[in-house]
Formats: sequence, C-alpha cells, structure tokens
Amino acid sequence: MSVDLKLYEAIKKTGINLLLSVPCIMLKGLLEVIEEKKEIQHIAVTREEEGVGIAAGAYLGGKLPAILMQNSGLGNSINAIKSLLELYKIPVIFIMSHRGAEGEKIMAQMPMGQITIDLLKLLTIETYILNSPGNIKNIIKAVDKAKKTKKPIAIILKRTLWGSPNEKI
Amino acid sequence: MRRYEALEEITEILTDELVVCNLGDPSRELYNIKDRLENFYMMGSMGLSSSIAFGLAISQPKRKVWCIDGDGSILMNLGSLSTIANNVPSNLTLIIVDNGSYGSTGDQLTYTHGKTKLEIIAQGAGFESISVIENKSEISPILKNLGWGCHLVLITTMPGSEKVENIPLLPEDIKERFMDLILK
Repeated sequence: MSVDLKLYEAIKKTGINLLLSVPCIMLKGLLEVIEEKKEIQHIAVTREEEGVGIAAGAYLGGKLPAILMQNSGLGNSINAIKSLLELYKIPVIFIMSHRGAEGEKIMAQMPMGQITIDLLKLLTIETYILNSPGNIKNIIKAVDKAKKTKKPIAIILKRTLWGSPNEKI
Repeated sequence: MRRYEALEEITEILTDELVVCNLGDPSRELYNIKDRLENFYMMGSMGLSSSIAFGLAISQPKRKVWCIDGDGSILMNLGSLSTIANNVPSNLTLIIVDNGSYGSTGDQLTYTHGKTKLEIIAQGAGFESISVIENKSEISPILKNLGWGCHLVLITTMPGSEKVENIPLLPEDIKERFMDLILK
C-alpha cells in the first residue's frame, strides 16, 4: 500500500468526515486519493484561515472536520485558532506538510519552516510528527485526543514519510 | 436605514433558521433585539462569519442557515465568496449589512464607502442570486421570497451602532446551547 493510501485509510478510520484543503506538492498524492475515493467530503478552500472558519461551522453542525495544508498556512490561521477554536472549545485537526525543514531546496520555505514546531508549542497545540510510515497509526490517537480535549491538534507530515528527504518532493 | 433597524426587520421574519452573526456590534445588537437558541454569536476571528455559516450549511443541509455579515468583515475574507459560490449550498443566505465602515472600532471607513461594489465582487465570485436592498420596507418581502438556495443579500445602511450591552454569555455556552439545539 502506498504511503498516501495508508494516510488516507488512517484518516478515514478516525471518523473524519469533512476535509478542507489548500494544496501543497507534498499533499498531491493524498489529495488525489481523496478525490478518487469520494468517500469523505472534500472542499478546496482559498486560504487556511477560511478553512478554520468552515471547519468550526461544520463542527457546530455535527461534523468531524480536518484541514489539509502546508505549514505556511499555520501563519495564516493563528488568530482563528486562538479566537475561534480555542475560545469556543472547537476541535479541528490540522494535517500539515512540513516545508522548510530537512531536505528543503526552496529558500523561501525556510523562515516559516524553521519556526513551525516552536510556533505550535507556543500556540499550545498538541503536535504529532509523522516521519515514517510506521507512525501513520498515530493519526488515530491524535484525533481521539482532539475529540476528548475539544482542542485543535496538529499532525505534521515530514518529507521522510514518503522516502529519503532528497527524493521527488 | 440604520443597521439596528435592518437587524430588527430580519429578526421579525426569522422562524427556525440557524443564524451566524458577525462579531462585535452586530452580534450585540442582534442579542439585544431578540436572543434565540438558533443564534451563533461570533466573538472573535473577524472575517470568518461567512465561512462558519458555510461550514454549518454543508453539515446541516436540511436546515436553512442565514449569515449576518458586514462589509469590513467580508472584505477580509473575499475568498469565501468563491468557495461558497462554487460549492452552491442549497440552504445558505449570506446577508451582508454594508454600512461602509468598521462600526465596532470607531466608524473608520471601509472601501465600500469608496469605489468597491460588493454585489459586483459577489457576481464575479459566481453567486447567481444577488439582491441589493436600500430601503427597510424591502427587507421582509425579499428575504421571505428567497427560500432555499444559495443567496447573497446586500443591505446598505448608514454607519453607526446602537448603544447596547455586551452579550452576557460565555463563548462555550453560546456553542453548547447552539449545538444542543441542532444535534438533539
């Protein structure tokens, strides 16, 4: 089974039933699986912060939503994470590819990439780092935690999840 | 017409619609006019009311969702218009009360006071049902007539807020009572 398919199966198993996405090249394969399977409602959004709003509304209406995005989108979402999700105790799952870290070739990704983990800590968002296919099962634990605590959580997808840092992406 | 009067007109015709209301003065005014369990009052995250309402609409397709947004707020999140117009929920009415100003922060002017036309932006985003209301007497007949669908209603008002108290509810209580009502 491909890594993207494993990720998809783990997401499906958690009961997540709405996926909002802003694309990233690292998420390309996963987004293709989601579109192909058509089992989980998927809506492309224009900006990560918008996704936080949609996710919050969908949770109020009984859905369990997650946002697929690049870590750069964390910066775009901070106010909504604090003054919407934290304020009203709304759990949203952030599934984030981590650009600007190991093996990064694009200089522009580095400034945000290097502070991403510290930023999540500062935001008090519990973070699960997936750096190899063996960790994918932690998605289930992470989502359970979000549901129980009614707090947002972050699942970080590292480049090494798909193989060596210098391959493909 | 003042926004408060527009909100009074809207409240008058509400039945069981779920309402997501923009933060600050609009929410305080709406609460003051008539509190309902079906109202979700935003208290932070400026710009996201249309997104919250859209998320609610797609998760509750059998209920009508009305969003009361503002010009300053929608200008912060114009991408939301594209997302909504392309996904076409069958149960969402996005009402933008356009008073040409940031009312909750001291009536600084927004760009709708200048050259910007939100109805043209909405049309460009893909909305097919757009109503522009300038007179108070039009609010009730137009909103009553819209029914199911994906609608944008622009109500232009004068700047200025009503002097009302803060909402005496905790954010978590607003959420809990709203969710209890929907998911019971």
